[in-house]
Amino acid sequence: MSGPSSYQPQNAVLKWVERRLPIGGLIHSSFIVYPTPRNLNYWWTFGAILSFMLGVQILTGIILAMHYTPHADLAFKSVEGIMRDVNYGWLLRYLHSNGASMFFIAVYIHMFRGLYYGSYKEPREILWILGVIIYLLMMATGFMGYVLPWGQMSFWGATVITNLFSAIPYVGESIVTLLWGGYAVGNPTLNRFFSLHYLLPFVIAGVVVLHIWALHVAGQNNPAGVEPQTEKDTVPFTPYATIKDAFGISCFLLFYAWFLFYTPNFLGDPDNYIVANPGVTPAHIVPEWYYLPFYAILRSIPSKLGGVVAMFSAILVLAFLPWLDGAKARSSRYRPLSRQFFWIFVVVCLVLGWLGAQPPEGIYVVAGRILTAYYFFHFLILLPVLSRIETARPLPNSIADDVLGKAGKLKTAASALAIFGLAGLLLVGGTGTSRAEDAHSQPTPPSLKWSFAGPFGKYDQAQLQRGLKVYKEVCAACHSLNYIAFRNIADPGGPGYSEAQAAGLAGEYKVKDGPNDQGEMFERPGRPADYFPAPFPNEQAARAANGGAAPPDLSLMAKARGYERGFPQFVFDLFLQFQEKGPNYITALLQGYEDAPKGFTLPAGSNYNKFFSGHAIGMPNPLSDGQVTFDDGSPATVKQYATDVSAFLMWTAEPKLEARKRLGFQVMIFLLVLSVLLYFTKRRVWANAH
Amino acid sequence: MTTSTSAEPTRRDFLYIATGAVAGVGAVATAWPLISQMNPDASTIAAGAPIDVDLSPITEGQAIKVFWRGKPIYIMNRTKKQIEEARAVNVASLPDPQTDQARVKEGHDQWLIVIGICTHLGCIPIAHEGNYDGFFCPCHGSQYDSSGRIRQGPAPANLPLPPYAFTADTKIKIG
Ligand code: FES
Repeated sequence: MSGPSSYQPQNAVLKWVERRLPIGGLIHSSFIVYPTPRNLNYWWTFGAILSFMLGVQILTGIILAMHYTPHADLAFKSVEGIMRDVNYGWLLRYLHSNGASMFFIAVYIHMFRGLYYGSYKEPREILWILGVIIYLLMMATGFMGYVLPWGQMSFWGATVITNLFSAIPYVGESIVTLLWGGYAVGNPTLNRFFSLHYLLPFVIAGVVVLHIWALHVAGQNNPAGVEPQTEKDTVPFTPYATIKDAFGISCFLLFYAWFLFYTPNFLGDPDNYIVANPGVTPAHIVPEWYYLPFYAILRSIPSKLGGVVAMFSAILVLAFLPWLDGAKARSSRYRPLSRQFFWIFVVVCLVLGWLGAQPPEGIYVVAGRILTAYYFFHFLILLPVLSRIETARPLPNSIADDVLGKAGKLKTAASALAIFGLAGLLLVGGTGTSRAEDAHSQPTPPSLKWSFAGPFGKYDQAQLQRGLKVYKEVCAACHSLNYIAFRNIADPGGPGYSEAQAAGLAGEYKVKDGPNDQGEMFERPGRPADYFPAPFPNEQAARAANGGAAPPDLSLMAKARGYERGFPQFVFDLFLQFQEKGPNYITALLQGYEDAPKGFTLPAGSNYNKFFSGHAIGMPNPLSDGQVTFDDGSPATVKQYATDVSAFLMWTAEPKLEARKRLGFQVMIFLLVLSVLLYFTKRRVWANAH
Repeated sequence: MTTSTSAEPTRRDFLYIATGAVAGVGAVATAWPLISQMNPDASTIAAGAPIDVDLSPITEGQAIKVFWRGKPIYIMNRTKKQIEEARAVNVASLPDPQTDQARVKEGHDQWLIVIGICTHLGCIPIAHEGNYDGFFCPCHGSQYDSSGRIRQGPAPANLPLPPYAFTADTKIKIG
């Protein structure tokens, strides 16, 4: 972008345009001939991966907004409509929600890479500060996006985060009211979050353009940390960087696709599959994994204002890095001490993340305080001091020298990758461990074998049909199934009924409709398009009939329930694609009724269940042997009923599971082929450069 | 990426072409769900199922409007006079020639059932208005007769008939 362009269009039309708007020359000089240091390693592809992910998020976001309704009463339902009814809606939503996590994984690697190789140092200070601004914008965007599905975590996350501003002296309360547009988080809050969540990505894109502009003025940093001097030090951006980035993106997509198609809810919180309820707070409020280190810092300071200040300072301190670290050598490769402290710092951040997911009590608080102190110590004391006392190893004379003299580099890269991988899992698993407290009183239910587990899992149609029967004859007395229509039982990947059977089942129900021409409500037989009606006319009636506790809707139960898996189980879970926590839990719960053991005081109106957290559950044991008869000769036992109905509830929660796994397999194969081809093409292209 | 590196552009470089082709197939396949999501979703399709209408409360000379797939359907119980007028016209003189018999179900001559959307630019014509005892479209002045056929104005075609059938003497199923 600096200097006159060497672009000479041949085509007459292009020439005409170029004289008036030299955009061709801009693209040519920025992305074709732009000289990139020839020693860039794969940590540098994350810049391209981030641009790509920003594109994915904007594209899927625009599409999701076509189907989403930003209203407190309809938001949750519209998201479920996207998951169930919109063509490929499940794919688009999982792309977007997992895409956010991928975006943050990539940005953290990108940032740590910058820290390690000193990419913030002269003359790249503005480039770095623009990066910090992008990161802040990403955090705001991610947070507001998480609020939009209007589940329990969304609602309470919004409440907690907006309440941070109440720490501001004198005007805090008014500011919070201003943010909410009401007296609590509500519909106006949701509306403005939606508007801003749609706007901010374009602001990010704008700052990204500045970021890249600054990058192209200063030139890219590189692992050696010395500036390119001669032609021999650089290669043109296209095809060298282009093909390398394409290969990097393709590998990253493989990683992304694994989450997307096989464990799409691994990174999310089950509580967000429960519709927002302003009257009940979840047991633990945990932000999404990518905010956990800052959440830990927030909670470490025993003062409301202090915590907020510390949290924001933890991010803002990054902007001052170029001046805090005064070392002449850029790359930590040549700074033996800094390199070690860098890795300590990485581990501190990861452990902070893990602590952010733990209940704020006991040892976790102490550890959090120590690590928070270390976090600031690293930036404010260690780096300035180190940069003055440390003598760097001799730097290579040029990038070309660095390329020729590399030895043992692969080993470093591999070990770094391994550390990142393991540490990332630790962080990710932290989200699951947040329920450690419940685990004290809730034994882990036994894991069952489910036909829908694994990469090729399918629902067992006969089991779904039996489960539907149990629901109809037992559960439906109290529980609704609000997101399932009669037509759904004839959907592919479901219980496998015919459309006529779905219509027949619908006809057995009376559905309230109206008003008619006379202005009256009336009852009519159900149609396939109707939803399974609730057994009670309204929530109050449901409460009254059930001793005060409204029976929850069962449609999402299998996704909304989870239990502690613990370390290292959750690590294996990711590889084994384990996502059967919900059905395991439901099955166990239905069979966990017992007489209360001696010494256990059961609150009035509740029943003892060994698998329910706290063991006291309002719902009485709904199942007994011989209650439902199956046509296929399956045993009429509680165990059978519990398993069948759990499988059925899994289907109601994840009706597109079969389509997802099928498409996932095709995509994985495709990406593998593409990555291999790109790898060889890349080698071929780079062969010219060596 | 396929051309910029090869020294001789005529050389067929299998690897580059294969990589480009696979990437291209991927791009096209990715576009499919992104476009397909614009089509009606499953709940919209389900809501477009056939509807039953009871004709018994509609008295002679009255017209009601019902909605099917988001479209207004006029159900008109025509008077003797309206039927006679519709049948008296010289079919060949019409802009969109069609006999009245072809526009109603045999044996149910008094029931005119049409989609109430003007064939000009999609406005909703008003029943029992205009010069032909049928429908009048206020947008650009199209006039339809008592058989819903275009008689005057810019509309090019007769009001379309929805798919429907009599399930009993006074009951129809639209769709
Ligand atoms: S739309 Fe009816 S006359 Fe133009």
